[in-house]
Amino acid sequence: MNKREFLKGAIVFFPAGGVLSALARQAAGKETPAQATPPPAANGQQAYDPAHHLYGMGVDVDKCIGCNRCAVACKAENGVPDEPFYFRTWVERYTIARDGEVVVENISLGAVRETTQDAREIVRTFFVPKLCNHCANPPCVQVCPVNATFTTQDGAVIVDAERCIGCRYCIQACPYGARYLHPKTKTADKCTFCYHRLVKGLQPACVEVCPTQARIFGDLKSRASRLVRFRRLNKLHVLKPQLNTEPKVYYANLDGEVR
Amino acid sequence: MRIPEQVNRLAIVIGVLVALTLLTRFVLIPRSLVSTDLHWAAATQREAIKPVKFAGSTACQDCHEDVAVKKARSFHRALSCEGCHGPAARHADDPSAVKPPAPRDRKFCPVCHAYDPSRPTGFPQINPTAHNPLKPCISCHNPHDPVPPKVPRECAACHGQIERSKAVSSHALVACTTCHRAPEQHRRAPRSALPSKPETRDFCGTCHAQGADAKGAPKEAPKVDLATHGGRNLCWECHYPHLPEGRL
Repeated sequence: MNKREFLKGAIVFFPAGGVLSALARQAAGKETPAQATPPPAANGQQAYDPAHHLYGMGVDVDKCIGCNRCAVACKAENGVPDEPFYFRTWVERYTIARDGEVVVENISLGAVRETTQDAREIVRTFFVPKLCNHCANPPCVQVCPVNATFTTQDGAVIVDAERCIGCRYCIQACPYGARYLHPKTKTADKCTFCYHRLVKGLQPACVEVCPTQARIFGDLKSRASRLVRFRRLNKLHVLKPQLNTEPKVYYANLDGEVR
Repeated sequence: MRIPEQVNRLAIVIGVLVALTLLTRFVLIPRSLVSTDLHWAAATQREAIKPVKFAGSTACQDCHEDVAVKKARSFHRALSCEGCHGPAARHADDPSAVKPPAPRDRKFCPVCHAYDPSRPTGFPQINPTAHNPLKPCISCHNPHDPVPPKVPRECAACHGQIERSKAVSSHALVACTTCHRAPEQHRRAPRSALPSKPETRDFCGTCHAQGADAKGAPKEAPKVDLATHGGRNLCWECHYPHLPEGRL
């Protein structure tokens, strides 16, 4: 076989093979969104329909005791690396001194346990749990160059780790610092509201273990959900409302110093 | 007009290129790669099937009904089992193979109950260095029904500082009750019934007066002549009995 014959054969062979395989793939199973609907729930309940839900979280700052169980449980549930500087959710300690100075410490970093300030100089001090706010208008989604991060129908902002290229634009864009780059996969990672638990009717792991019910989770579309009751009974605030991100994490009893 | 041969050939090449491009775009590349709707749905699906590690609050009470009933009436009723025992979905799937741990040492309870000024007022907190040092919390408190023990068994539960300075003094072997009578009520409501203090010089004199030979009084206890020593003052007005070596 000379060179000319080989090239002719190659030109015909490769596209033809590609066409045949693609046709075979299409014949085997139509690629429609139907394949992406979650499987019916195992316990005989109705299949999960994301169109019927819109999830949010409530945080009662007055109830948080800063035990950090939420951050620990989140790591166990979601395979977040053990190093203390990777987290999907974390707890901050705010200490407001007599002279107006505000000290913010991330107690999930593990190093700080006792407050370092003289107790007489403290005007007030409290813990604030933080996590992804699952904004209705998310800045992180806007900047993603490959559409790897998006809002699901039921309101959770999640990352497709198979599509993420690890460019870190979203980490920069998030005004709440809720994203980090996973050291193993080298992709952006963040709170998903424990999406794999929601579809099974369970609560997120942090809400599950919170000993004082400082975190409340629920469905904004259901009148009977705990979150709707929480929203009815408390005066609420969201973080950085001036950014118009429209967070779905609502804080009750939030101090004006919290950023 | 006759179309030149070169134009025909060029048209065929261009036609083939266009056809190849269209073929690649619409047949070869899977639709889930170009359609955001499809790949978002696939990503959502991948997220949804991730394994669950925490079984959830209702999973435990199916088997551990006795504990669940007890806990439901206690101060810890709002705590989930997995908050202390750790993620237990694997234990729920195969109860005999995987046992969740139970934290029994002193390190765990202070995670919530150590004093911290940032904690909300009224949340039960203790100072772990002063509160019954080195004793595991579960020796007095049942974590499934954590009431304060009705009566502290030892004075040191509250008076740890006195206990520790007495322990290094020459009064180390003198029990608190040798000198103080604590009414029963003092254990439950400490300020409503205070324990007694020695009210006479003769009380210390039972060991420390010249010629004292009370039962159990050590021979080497320092002796003074009560008639001349210290005038009318009570002994503990000058000597701190919990650390007699340190003079006031």
